[in-house]
Amino acid sequence: MTKAKSKLGLSGPKIAKARALAADIVAPVQEFIDKHTTVTIERATLRLLGADGANSDGVPVPNLIAGQCGAKLAGGAAAFYLNALIKLNKTPAALNEEIAKGLDISGLEFTDARRIQHKADELVKSLDARIAGNVAHRNARLKQYKDKVKSPLIYVIVATGNIYEDVKQARSAALEGADIIAVIRTTAQSLLDYVPYGATTEGFGGTYATQENFRIMRAALDEIVDREGRYIRLVNYCSGLCMPEIAAMGAMERLDMMLNDSMYGILFRDINMYRTFTDQFFSRMINTAADIIINTGEDNYLTTSDAVEKAHTVLASQLINEKFAASAGMPNRLMGLGHAFEIDPQVKNGFLYEYAQALMAREIFPEHPLKYMPPTKFMTGDIFKGYAMNTLFNFVCKATDQGIALLGMLTEAIHTPYLQDRHLAIENALYVHNTMADFMGEIEFKKEGIMARRARQVLDETIDMLADVKRRGLMTAIETGTFAEIKRLRDGGKGFDGVYEKTADYFNPVETYLKKKLKVGKQETLCS
Amino acid sequence: MFIKPYGDTSNDGAVQLSFTLPVKNCGRAKEAARLYVQKLGFKKVDVVHAAALSEEFTFFVAYGKTDVGIDYDKVEYAEAVDKYLSMDEVNAFIKTTFKRKIVIVGACTGTDAHTVGIDAIMNMKGYNHHFGLERYPMIEAFNLGSQVPNGKLLAYARDVKADAVLVSQIVTQKDVHIKNLTEFIELAEAEKVRGKMLLIMGGPRVNNKLAKELGYDAGFGTGTYAEHVATFVVKKLQERLTAAK
Ligand code: B12
Repeated sequence: MTKAKSKLGLSGPKIAKARALAADIVAPVQEFIDKHTTVTIERATLRLLGADGANSDGVPVPNLIAGQCGAKLAGGAAAFYLNALIKLNKTPAALNEEIAKGLDISGLEFTDARRIQHKADELVKSLDARIAGNVAHRNARLKQYKDKVKSPLIYVIVATGNIYEDVKQARSAALEGADIIAVIRTTAQSLLDYVPYGATTEGFGGTYATQENFRIMRAALDEIVDREGRYIRLVNYCSGLCMPEIAAMGAMERLDMMLNDSMYGILFRDINMYRTFTDQFFSRMINTAADIIINTGEDNYLTTSDAVEKAHTVLASQLINEKFAASAGMPNRLMGLGHAFEIDPQVKNGFLYEYAQALMAREIFPEHPLKYMPPTKFMTGDIFKGYAMNTLFNFVCKATDQGIALLGMLTEAIHTPYLQDRHLAIENALYVHNTMADFMGEIEFKKEGIMARRARQVLDETIDMLADVKRRGLMTAIETGTFAEIKRLRDGGKGFDGVYEKTADYFNPVETYLKKKLKVGKQETLCS
Repeated sequence: MFIKPYGDTSNDGAVQLSFTLPVKNCGRAKEAARLYVQKLGFKKVDVVHAAALSEEFTFFVAYGKTDVGIDYDKVEYAEAVDKYLSMDEVNAFIKTTFKRKIVIVGACTGTDAHTVGIDAIMNMKGYNHHFGLERYPMIEAFNLGSQVPNGKLLAYARDVKADAVLVSQIVTQKDVHIKNLTEFIELAEAEKVRGKMLLIMGGPRVNNKLAKELGYDAGFGTGTYAEHVATFVVKKLQERLTAAK
């Protein structure tokens, strides 16, 4: 880890203490995770082995198979699919078609385990080749066009509801200088227990995440990559009830970043905590295998609660997210930990607190591509004031070397961004990032100044909070409203019935592959 | 009184516009933008800025002057309440007028997941240093949160014998809020609670006029505080009380 001197005078031992507390908080949850699987993990596994398509009612093939397996999912769904491929002597594409037409594969007599393993090896090998191909493709472009890489990377969203309109807007943003395009998902997709199939043109406040939509946008952006000589990253959300499945789709279609938080679904979408914890682990292994940067959702703590009072909950969550991700084999360079510029603009010295918090995050997470979110909650119909707020946000982004700058839109309080809103946002960011290119290296802070004291205070409050969470256990802490002042019961929320305790003979060749590739599991606990 | 926009001098009718046209940025595009603004009815049009958004789109900033004026005296708009009471005044008013607590139930309904707006009105802490209804000693407030089905909100309101029901709607894309607010009113009508309980809606993109059109008793937009809603409720309830006598 880089040992640059802290400009804020943060104490190394205190940071280490906070990390150790986070590790203690995560460990018992990880124990639960290791013993469980979920319906969407099984569907993700099926997808990675080749299950795809949907029946005439739009029910995806992986869901059809999961439905056929029922309680047998606890032993893993893969064996049923592999067995059917062998017994019926079909390619995955041909088998998918039969299943979509109504074939039930759960009743087929099992062939011997060796043949199933053999088939698994074959499919996992081609999965590995596909993922490795995607990683190699991305790395080659990043290397080829490395002098065009900006810091921070400029991230904008498209959210029209129609993938073809999204493409127009994304192309325009990329040509103007955006490095990262996120396609926002439609309202309530996170609560669907399936991933819709095919290209879609209708959504509210966003566009359905489907594998075909991923493909369409990837192809559109790739065209610009080669024309502009700049790699453009594509982002989508692997959150909600289908976290691992969307991670799987992202890995196969070369997405570059995915929203993925260990607690967001529990707190903000009322998804069952056992479900979310188990799902985030599997999805993060997939993300890691595909070299996909995750974006965590700490900004939500600040839009829900007061950003001055609850600043420490952001750092606490970042540390918990970091540990959960590490437990899934993820290296720091893939952890886009989130935070946000959400202090009420009326607060005196609010800018100093924002600056202190962002710099603190940079110093505590030196290798992580931090994802910094712009003002949203206090954006109003006064778009001119909003533009000024976004300028200050851009300033902090550059002054603290954030990895990923999600640009604010002047019309945030009004509508999902117009074409021109994105243009103005990018213009603002490019101006600020250039005019203060070397600012960070020029500036130091007073030892006992407002910023240094603020950062130290937030770190102290974080340690207190983590110590409390450790004492009571993460699940109890969530049940009592410790995070975002929202209470979620461990047996409550959506998707609880899709959590299964793994049987002793649980079989999942994709999991085995991921764990081996990422050195997750036994080895990890030994050396840490 | 006839009025026109004021830019630099009285009645100059100066207006600032910005918009995007689906053409490549070039001289002809700029001229098209100028003609377009002219077609909107503006005179002395000046396209002061043009920027390419891609090969297919150009963004323009333009100024124009208009001859169109409006007779301000003929504009009709009624705020839900003209003069607001403070929290203490509301409580005193309830004590003397009704001699019992007023019950208010609220939620963000339909698929809308935004709680901050309804919380700002209802929760103890309130918003921007204005306490929420839960803090009012003479008001019993129940905040059911977000994504609450309209039927559930109404059923709850009946159970606790609410005097007023608050519906929050934040997402307005493709007019989802209109559909949802209409559904609520239809349910309220079917269950014959309309006219009995005060039905009040709110959110950043709605106002009192829309509320009236949809059949609500009042509507509140951005910058609303709990005392605004509370004042409306107590005054309206008093009105009904006197009318009933
Ligand atoms: C915070 C936020 C969220 C948070 C909400 C957290 C929470 N617990 O509430 C999260 C991240 C969950 C979220 C999600 C989404 N959001 Co949102 N969100 C916002 C944001 C940034 C701030 C809203 C806010 O809290 N304002 C502060 C409060 C105090 O203001 P207010 O809501 O206007 O309330 C005041 C008044 O309107 C009034 N009021 C409100 N309700 C009522 C009710 C009554 C009875 C009365 C009297 C008064 C009243 O009083 C309040 C105090 O003055 C806005 C942008 C913005 N700046 O407005 C977008 C925004 C509202 N969101 C938007 C969208 C599209 C979404 C999503 C659909 C995105 C997606 N694709 O998933 C989802 C919605 C999912 C769903 N099912 O609804 C759009 C809506 C666009 C539109 N016009 O339709 C906005 C405008 C952002 C944008 N530009 O795209 N969002």
